[in-house]
Amino acid sequence: MSDLKITNLKKSFDNVDIIKGIDLEINDHEFVVFVGPSGCGKSTLLRLIAGLEEVTSGKIELDDVEITDTAPAKRDLAMVFQTYALYPHMTVRKNMSFALDLAGIDKAEVDAKVSDAAKILELDHLLDRKPKALSGGQRQRVAIGRAIVRHPKIFLFDEPLSNLDAALRVQMRLELARLHQDLNATMIYVTHDQVEAMTLADKVVVLNGGHIEQVGSPLELYHHPVNKFVAGFIGTPKMGFLEGVVVSVNEAGVEIKVSGGSQFLVPVDGGTLQAGEVITLGVRPEHITVTEPEESAYQGRLTVSEHLGADTYCYVETDSGEPLTVRAPGDFEGRYGKMVGLSFDLQHSHLFDAQGKALPRLVKA
Amino acid sequence: MLTLKQARQLRTVLLGTLGWLVALIIFFPIFWMVLTSFKTEIEAFSSPPQLFFMPTLENYIEINSRSSYLTYAWNSVVVSFGSTFIGMLLAVPAAYSMAFFETKRTKSTLLWMLSTKMLPPVGVLVPIYLLFKDFGLLDTRTGLIIIYTLINLPIMVWMIYTYFKEIPKDILEAARLDGATPIQEIVRVLLPISKGGLASTVLLALILSWNEAFWSLNLTASTAAPLTALVASYSSPEGLFWAKLSAVSTLACAPILIFGWLSQKQLVRGLSFGAVK
Repeated sequence: MSDLKITNLKKSFDNVDIIKGIDLEINDHEFVVFVGPSGCGKSTLLRLIAGLEEVTSGKIELDDVEITDTAPAKRDLAMVFQTYALYPHMTVRKNMSFALDLAGIDKAEVDAKVSDAAKILELDHLLDRKPKALSGGQRQRVAIGRAIVRHPKIFLFDEPLSNLDAALRVQMRLELARLHQDLNATMIYVTHDQVEAMTLADKVVVLNGGHIEQVGSPLELYHHPVNKFVAGFIGTPKMGFLEGVVVSVNEAGVEIKVSGGSQFLVPVDGGTLQAGEVITLGVRPEHITVTEPEESAYQGRLTVSEHLGADTYCYVETDSGEPLTVRAPGDFEGRYGKMVGLSFDLQHSHLFDAQGKALPRLVKA
Repeated sequence: MLTLKQARQLRTVLLGTLGWLVALIIFFPIFWMVLTSFKTEIEAFSSPPQLFFMPTLENYIEINSRSSYLTYAWNSVVVSFGSTFIGMLLAVPAAYSMAFFETKRTKSTLLWMLSTKMLPPVGVLVPIYLLFKDFGLLDTRTGLIIIYTLINLPIMVWMIYTYFKEIPKDILEAARLDGATPIQEIVRVLLPISKGGLASTVLLALILSWNEAFWSLNLTASTAAPLTALVASYSSPEGLFWAKLSAVSTLACAPILIFGWLSQKQLVRGLSFGAVK
């Protein structure tokens, strides 16, 4: 059992509020990812859970026991740091057994646990090396091994992959996902990289400016972002936004007019929306098709095309100067400055009101 | 025209020469002191100075017969090691809290501590002397240990603080999450990582205490007098005896020089204590 419950948690440093009241429940065996832009408070939230920062107000409970003011040593949590934070004067074996030695566990048992963890992480042949004789990826593995041997209630990861190169990051990401399956453990993972969030998480917590914007599964966030921030944050490349006004609201959706004069019917629940209100249309790159200029009601000027092989990402500037990204087929040949028509898949488009709140989509998924 | 390689070689030679020159200038007084200690008093005074002469041990014999070198040396050892040990006991926790649990006032506290070193010691001589008299600390090794600990503490805290600052906080936090108590965190993680810096601090504190003369001359008479007091006793009113003064100075410097030379290797190794990341 390891259920974590956070109630109205607040943290301020020198009268600056960093965490502004967070309520969150994390269930046993869940892989939860805190994601958000720099300075959103995600690392601070993790450190509050770890006990490395003092809580200003609010409550943290682990398995129904309050741990808000418990010393980090007594919380039974293990943390993997971005900088690995290995003990430079100890061998890999000592690094991994340190916590167990402190807990006074029998030496034979410690040895068994360390070799088990080393086997899982393929560190067996490195056990007698010091950290400085290891590569970045190996150090990261030792850091994870140090957490594994303890069988903690919850694993905490603070941007563990950001110091690794791109190829290694993808590999370690897969290993972490596998590890989560194998250990069946509760994990909390902080990252600014939404790809990591999407690929690893059972549950993503999107943070912004010290509060939670949305909690949900990766696909929930992708298909049903509750506001413009989450919509823009989740998904690569980013969702494009077009400003517009409401023309009319009916059962089939909301009729809007975007700058440039084109009208679209977006299948969302208009609710109390009135004609003339300012709204924002959000369309993901994968839901826009490039056509010949005369074939679409909406046009834009092609700027840069990025050829990734399977896909081509085209950056388009609309007449009103709003940037849009479009996913085109891999063999798409775009010429800089060329006018193109843009056809939107309105079934998969999003509409946000003047406050940035998403209107519920009528089409599921 | 010099090729790039020749230019680099020339640079090495010039820098090397300059380095040796500076080293010689620094070393010369010590060399001359040792040399003079093996001359007779007449030779020591001769002008122009003699570089070649028949060495003699008479100064050393004379010093040993006149006063007990070993008593003074033992006092120096007890006082330097004692004050350094107590100083480390106080400085390590102080630096730990300042480096890893910084508050708004940490910087000014450090500056204030260092500023006490800017005060001329003679300014507090009378109050300290009176205090020592009242507490019966005059001419005691305990008294000297107390005063040396106090005067070296700011520098020790400052030095250790600087070394601790280099250590990523993450490592200590990792230890904390691994279940270490604050004491375990310091003893098993922090101190081993910073042993190079701690060794330099110990060495510096030892040297400062060993060489200190102002307080030892003013607060001791005979029983607790260290080597600095012995040296001073040879520049007496009845005239300067250059050869004997040199001999006694050599004896006073020798132990700390040998100690520094022996610990040099350990120090250099300690100072480059390896990558943390």
